[in-house]
Amino acid sequence: MAEFYQHLLNTLVLGGTYALLGIGLTLIFGIMNVVNFTHGALYTVGAYLTYLAVAALGLNFFLALPAAILGGLVLGAAIELVLLRPLRGSDIDTTMLVMIGAGIVLQSGTLWLFGGVAKAIPTPFPEAPLQIGPVSVSWLRLFVLGAALTLIVLTYVLINRTRLGLAMRAAFQDHDTAALMGVNVRLIYTATFAIGSSLAAAAGALLGPVYVVFPQMGGMAELKAFAIVILGGLGNITGAAIGGFILALAEELGAGYISSGYRDAMGFLIIIAVLVFKPTGLFAKAERIG
Amino acid sequence: MSAPLLAIDHVGVRFGGLVAIADLHFDVHRGEIVSLIGPNGAGKTTAFNVMTGFLKPSRGQVRFRGTPLGGLQPHEIVRLGLARTFQRTSVFPDDTVFDNVMIGLHRRGASGDHPRLLDTLLGRDGAAERASRGRALELLDRVGLAARAGEKAGALAYGEQRLVGVALALASNPTMLLLDEPVSGMNASETQVFVRLIRGIRDDGITILLVEHDMPMVMAVSDRIAVLNHGRLIAQGPPAAIRTDPAVIEAYLGQGSAAREAAHRAAAVRETSDA
Amino acid sequence: MTRLAPLAVLAGLGLLPLALGTNPYLLNAMITTGILIIAAMSLNLLLGFTGQLSLGHIAFFGIGAYVSALTSLGFDVDLGFGLRVVHAPWPAAIGFPLAILAAGACGWLVGRLSFRVRGAYFVIVTISFAEVVRLVALNWVELTQGPLALTGIPAFTLGLPGLGTWTLKTKLQNYYLVLSVGTLCYLIVARLVGSRFGRAMRGLKENESLALSVGIDATRTLTIAAVISAGMAGAAGSLYAHYLRIIDPDVFQFSTTVTMVIMVVGGGKGTLLGPIIGGVIFGMLPVALRPVMAPEAQWMVYGLVLIAILFVVPKGIVPGLAGLVRRRAGPAPAPLAAEVHP
Repeated sequence: MAEFYQHLLNTLVLGGTYALLGIGLTLIFGIMNVVNFTHGALYTVGAYLTYLAVAALGLNFFLALPAAILGGLVLGAAIELVLLRPLRGSDIDTTMLVMIGAGIVLQSGTLWLFGGVAKAIPTPFPEAPLQIGPVSVSWLRLFVLGAALTLIVLTYVLINRTRLGLAMRAAFQDHDTAALMGVNVRLIYTATFAIGSSLAAAAGALLGPVYVVFPQMGGMAELKAFAIVILGGLGNITGAAIGGFILALAEELGAGYISSGYRDAMGFLIIIAVLVFKPTGLFAKAERIG
Repeated sequence: MSAPLLAIDHVGVRFGGLVAIADLHFDVHRGEIVSLIGPNGAGKTTAFNVMTGFLKPSRGQVRFRGTPLGGLQPHEIVRLGLARTFQRTSVFPDDTVFDNVMIGLHRRGASGDHPRLLDTLLGRDGAAERASRGRALELLDRVGLAARAGEKAGALAYGEQRLVGVALALASNPTMLLLDEPVSGMNASETQVFVRLIRGIRDDGITILLVEHDMPMVMAVSDRIAVLNHGRLIAQGPPAAIRTDPAVIEAYLGQGSAAREAAHRAAAVRETSDA
Repeated sequence: MTRLAPLAVLAGLGLLPLALGTNPYLLNAMITTGILIIAAMSLNLLLGFTGQLSLGHIAFFGIGAYVSALTSLGFDVDLGFGLRVVHAPWPAAIGFPLAILAAGACGWLVGRLSFRVRGAYFVIVTISFAEVVRLVALNWVELTQGPLALTGIPAFTLGLPGLGTWTLKTKLQNYYLVLSVGTLCYLIVARLVGSRFGRAMRGLKENESLALSVGIDATRTLTIAAVISAGMAGAAGSLYAHYLRIIDPDVFQFSTTVTMVIMVVGGGKGTLLGPIIGGVIFGMLPVALRPVMAPEAQWMVYGLVLIAILFVVPKGIVPGLAGLVRRRAGPAPAPLAAEVHP
């Protein structure tokens, strides 16, 4: 039974970052109808920014996360302005392929800059894990969970309590009408892509120190983000948040009770199951945004 | 009277809380030209979509030649002999007019008539292909587009695209044809030619149901008119009776000039935006 | 003119090794490029002619490679519940059709599963499928040797009764084998596209509702296209396995799918020659880039080229050139019809 509780605790830690990844991707899809194939690369970039800040620049560990988020915002905004804005109105396949191209450039650029050897990010947390009854958890993972939950809440507040969020929700419902009502849709798109990207970078910045940092780490993260988003229903933010935790649970239980080799297969099995039984995602009926 | 060719049996359609069709009940008999009219938003196109399997009715059913259409896919319904045209996108835009009709001839003749995939790969489909090409030219001739065969369908004028749509529908060799606003966007002389075409099609034994806003055209061509308002049938009968029906005048023709103007403006807008 | 172009390309490709000599490095690049072009042609059938973007195409390629390799190597697998499957090695020539069948069957499965959804969903399902297959190849060590790779895969042996047998061991022999299979695949795609079935695919791509309304069965048409496409990719995978004679789970890399997509989109999706022209350009590009830059920098160039193509010639090189030629030569009557009725 203790083993099971341990799995649940690990699920929470992993699920928080998965939820961040999923929310970022689903936000971009829901508002812009773009499947963001740079999401994984941005996750990688977030992790490397943390590595740079902590290991190379000697910055305080706790400043690295905001730095990674900022980097994600800037990079996301740049991608939107340079690549997506000129393609507005072209079909979804074209934007997907352009995003694939951009993802390749980012990923191989990271490989070029940092080399293929995995890097570890030093953290200020004590080595000894915290023992809570039968289960134990490292201080670092607790920090990751707390930070992820904070960011999820902040995203909710941004979408539901701010003018920008109101405009985003309007653009989500119907961008033509939103434009007629005076919403600057172009600005909303840039902001949306930047925010979605920063969430991916944040997820990378949080999981980077837990595992190791390497240029291909984003590939699997991106595929998991797809699984989460399909599970929650494309464009459904609450669905993506819950989907992140469900995927984490499936992976933990799959790795714990079936075989650790198939941990990463869980997401895809979920996708296939969802498509067979409920193609619109688990939470299709729920309110679509906010 | 004989059994109806198409029977709309108390059909209702709801989208969430919105009632698009409350209760639609009417028949079309073999050899008739029937028009379904009504103000914008009366549910006419929704009714077409139900009859052709693009929408499932919330209640009631449609029967064609006695066969209930519930649960059938659009491509299965057209195989029964019930073909349709579309209001807006009536062509395959990137193909030539000729190839459009060739695509339309997918179900040419009886089911054993078209080449199997293996024959295609072995190059044994020559005879069937030649026959299809001949039939395509006949159909283009029929709708008066033979001279346009080599042009890209998407580049044709709006009215001509409608004619391609009719050729495509005829290509499936239907017993009955549903035409969705076939003359909107056509000028008066094009409309006249189109009316002759419709009559000719009927004289070949194809029953016709059409949705149309152009009242003079509807009055001229129809044997019978069914009037839909707020998702409900409010009158049906021959044109002369409809013209004087108080319910129709109140619901529709009373504001006829305004409604027609609106329809024409909408058509003009569509045309410019499509161009 | 349009009829001669494929023949000219074929003649050029046939003479290429004679012109370039038998530099093994170059010949190797040409063979792997040829194999990838076959895979790209199969992808084009889906992406170009039905408009369905499959980003898991490498799965069919890899399944073909593994099935063909395992057929010729044999295996001994314990499935649990006391079930043990033992297979003695068969000739490589039997692995080839089995690879096509197995990949085609997977195409059917994926098609059935995912053509209920379109667009973004379809893309994600195909990627996921490829990733599951890769993980199976990686983890089912008893069957696939996992990351240790399947080694010692025999080369193809062709035999004609009364004339003896040849084992295709040299690069030149493999080049002509790939060229022959590629030509056959081209002919199959050309036949399909110019037929009633091809018109059904185009109809669905251009206007699905209208296609349904003339009696085209969308699910059936797309599933058949997926089966043929997957089978062809499986054939390419089989060629790959018996040429390299070693395969590991890296054959399932997403980047190979991306290479195929670049070949198709760059050359011109929905055209017969597009994947070939695009394939030659982007397959041989690494050869040109190798002396001047590191592999990761090459990939950056690939990404940038993909983006540039989509911005500059969104329809691809072949339609772009055809447009240029037409403008020079003045208006030509119905060029599209000429291309699709070979």
